Amino acid sequence: MRTHAPDIFRISAVLSISALALTACGGDGGDNAANADEADGDGDTAAPEAAGELEVWVDADRADVLADAASDFEDDTGIAVNLVQQDFAEVRDQFVSQVPTGEGPDIAVGAHDWLGVLVTNGVVAPVELGDAAEDFEDVAIEAWTYDGQVYGVPYSIENIALLRNADLVDQAPDSFDEMIDLGEESGASYPFLVGLDAQTADPYHLYPFQMSFGAPVFGQNSDGSYDAEELTIGNEGGVEFAQWLSDQGEAGTLSTNIDGDLALENFVDGESPFLLTGPWNVPAAEEAGINVEVDGIPAAGDQEAQPFAGVQGFFLSAQSENTLAATTFLVDYVGSPEVQQSLYEVGGRAPALTESFESAMAEDDIVAGFGEVGAEAVPMPAIPEMGAVWDYWGASQAAIINGEGDPAGLWEQMSEDIAEATE
Amino acid sequence: MAGETTSGRPKQRAAARRMTRRQKQASTLIDATSSGWKLMLFKIVVLGLLCATAVYAALVLFMNQRWLVGSLVIVGAAGLTWIYLKRGALPAKYLAPGLVFLLIFQIFVVLYSGYVAFTNYGTGHNSTKDHAIQAIMLQAQERVPDSPTYEVSVLEDSGELLSTDELYLAIVAGDGEVLIGSEDEPLEPSSAATVQDGRVVAAEGYDVLEFNELLNRQTEITDLSVAMSEDPNAGYLRTQDGRRAYVYTSRYIYDEMADTMTSSETGTVYSDTGEGAFVADDGEQLLPGWRINVGLDNFVNAVTEDSIRGPLIYVTLWTFAFAFLSVATTFALGLFLAVVFNDKRMTSRKYYRLVMILPYAFPGFLSALVWAGMMNQEFGFLNNVLFGGASIPWLTDPWLAKVSILIVNLWLGFPYMFLVCTGALQSIPEELTEAAQVDGAKAFQAFRSIKLPLLLTALAPLLISSFAFNFNNFNLVYMLTGGGPRDVSAGVSVGSTDILISMVYKVAFVGAQADYGLASAFSILIFIIVGTISVLAFRKTKALEELN
Repeated sequence: MRTHAPDIFRISAVLSISALALTACGGDGGDNAANADEADGDGDTAAPEAAGELEVWVDADRADVLADAASDFEDDTGIAVNLVQQDFAEVRDQFVSQVPTGEGPDIAVGAHDWLGVLVTNGVVAPVELGDAAEDFEDVAIEAWTYDGQVYGVPYSIENIALLRNADLVDQAPDSFDEMIDLGEESGASYPFLVGLDAQTADPYHLYPFQMSFGAPVFGQNSDGSYDAEELTIGNEGGVEFAQWLSDQGEAGTLSTNIDGDLALENFVDGESPFLLTGPWNVPAAEEAGINVEVDGIPAAGDQEAQPFAGVQGFFLSAQSENTLAATTFLVDYVGSPEVQQSLYEVGGRAPALTESFESAMAEDDIVAGFGEVGAEAVPMPAIPEMGAVWDYWGASQAAIINGEGDPAGLWEQMSEDIAEATE
Repeated sequence: MAGETTSGRPKQRAAARRMTRRQKQASTLIDATSSGWKLMLFKIVVLGLLCATAVYAALVLFMNQRWLVGSLVIVGAAGLTWIYLKRGALPAKYLAPGLVFLLIFQIFVVLYSGYVAFTNYGTGHNSTKDHAIQAIMLQAQERVPDSPTYEVSVLEDSGELLSTDELYLAIVAGDGEVLIGSEDEPLEPSSAATVQDGRVVAAEGYDVLEFNELLNRQTEITDLSVAMSEDPNAGYLRTQDGRRAYVYTSRYIYDEMADTMTSSETGTVYSDTGEGAFVADDGEQLLPGWRINVGLDNFVNAVTEDSIRGPLIYVTLWTFAFAFLSVATTFALGLFLAVVFNDKRMTSRKYYRLVMILPYAFPGFLSALVWAGMMNQEFGFLNNVLFGGASIPWLTDPWLAKVSILIVNLWLGFPYMFLVCTGALQSIPEELTEAAQVDGAKAFQAFRSIKLPLLLTALAPLLISSFAFNFNNFNLVYMLTGGGPRDVSAGVSVGSTDILISMVYKVAFVGAQADYGLASAFSILIFIIVGTISVLAFRKTKALEELN
């Protein structure tokens, strides 16, 4: 530093520019400070017009529908709803890590099987639906119930069903064996397809067949919720199912080399009359000009082939400071028939509200097909240990289908591993 | 290449000329920074905006009681301003922005993982104790079965004087009687109230709050629980939306003095024993718990717990083998190709070289996915076309999967080695080989004892960094095999191609419950391993250099 004068000049210049910039955004900051004071104060100092703002995390597909509901809500209550778009798959982990910092939203969109993780981390608050609970499909409320509490307002039910190419086979099969016979008679390359991963098979898609042998993964409490303590997957039915898997693997009706993409491709090319899949693959088949019918899933054992249902909904943050407004928005706006109907129109999945469910069933055959199966479906378990359960379950299924050892032995080993992991 | 090396003289002169031009540029730049008023103005505006942003950010942070981060922002901004206003300090001026980003994106992340490794952060231990207690109390509210829904009104004391800000809930009971109560007083019948459509709209001595008034006191209202009667077992009334109230009982009762949770069903007492959760005498934990410091527990667990230790040794061995073989195979192929395509007798080398680099130009995870498809046992290109319909379990046999992953990594990695080898080869004067050949050495001999040592000296640091990269090559493993195939009869969740980093991923995100603490501890162990190997290897190459 040779001279001091210029340095002082520069510093003062920087300071005055900073001051200018600060005054430019100062108005905003000052208001925030005042609001914070009021909220922290005793309450009697609060200005009557001061109302909070709701922050809602929503995925791109549902943002438009929610925007309409949000503007209605703002008109009625004066509370602004700030919709923040998030990638659906990211919401769970973001929510878990953001809520404790106070940066989380008041409400977020999600799937019911996240509940275990959300509840165990203490980031989600129960929503008392009251009498409104009866207006929803049973499976939807069951799914959003965790440990006896309802944690969200459901909006759609998603499950798999059997897609049939009606040009190849003109009747719905009653049993798995009948389906294979029909498929073989049709002359197509594959009698039946389901996408399986080489390493982890697909316990989700194979679950209806497992259920048809009477081997649910967990026992259920009287209210329909799962009892994670009672592992039923390794029961006699489970062992029978393992044997069945091994037989199908040997016969080639189930192959871990045909993944979801290959299965869809072959179905779309008319190489198979049957595909076990969810509604997400229907548009591709319809665009390709396949005459798609949706059938119930044929049982392989002697019981009903119930698939898992995934139920999407909106839930409330445990750290929300706007619980009252948020609950009102959830129960009275998101749960309203209009919003449920709009959410159905953008999502194409059966609505969770019975009224909307029935009207959707009446107007669309595809939705009706999936909806009929879904009404009988069982909710996917939501306990946080499911990560480990899927892991063991899938790897063992793949090994059994590929004939890597004694099916019963592998299945029992898997049951023990799962029991250990869920302890 | 010979042509380039013989014309050394004019090149040097040109370089010298360029140097002086650069020096001139530098000196004008220095002049400009010290005297140019335009630059000065630019500096002042940018720094002014920086300081303004920093002050604003710090104010917001201080308001949220984030003292440390706020102070750091101020100190950082002050430091930057000082560096750029000070005369001289040219190195600092160049390095400062990079250092700032290094601090934020690297050092902070490393330190934070280091911190997490000493905590129990993971599913069930996600936040503070206060949050955990609040969450347990929320989750423990159980609506009394078959209890009615009450249309509720929220009241406060009327009158300006002597009024408290206490809130009351008013409901209409089944028999038409109006009941009013507060946090401290159970519901009591009140005669002087007006009821309209089943809801209390006015009551003597009270003001009924309007909806927008409710919104201003949301937290108070939703926290309010009014006992149904003097009998605590009768439950209490709560409202979540200010219009409907329900009767609840709580499964757990929190005793603030003793800091314990008591189950109202079984009477079990859960107390804070320093494990980051309320724990019963029989060891049962009440989740959610909270984050605590656990010291070295995670590190101890990583090496002592049987379920982790067994796979850990196996996975560590495979990780070393994978990283070493990846470097060795890619280097061997890259070097071979570099030598071949460096030969002047090879025509249209340029085009071959271009094609050679292609695998390097595609994103690695995409290539891995494509390879996974090509290695499909039944429909894959490899089996169907190259092996004439054979059924080779490329990705599902434990040993073949290891080979497959090395093949794919060879495909992904050889272009890089090819590039650096070509560069290094071209920098070795051709005269050396010629001289050796004059002395009677055969071509391979000359290569082995002259070019290769020179090459290795130049490339050793790159080989070490390539080893470190492959040691943590998560993308490839995750995209190609997902760590599989697994030996399901062994009862471990680790597959035969899992490397340490993909195992850490499984511990942190896939396993029974996410355990970030344990995963961070593993990351630190991996860091130590890679760091030690790199330091040792660099020492070794230093010795090589000195020999040469």
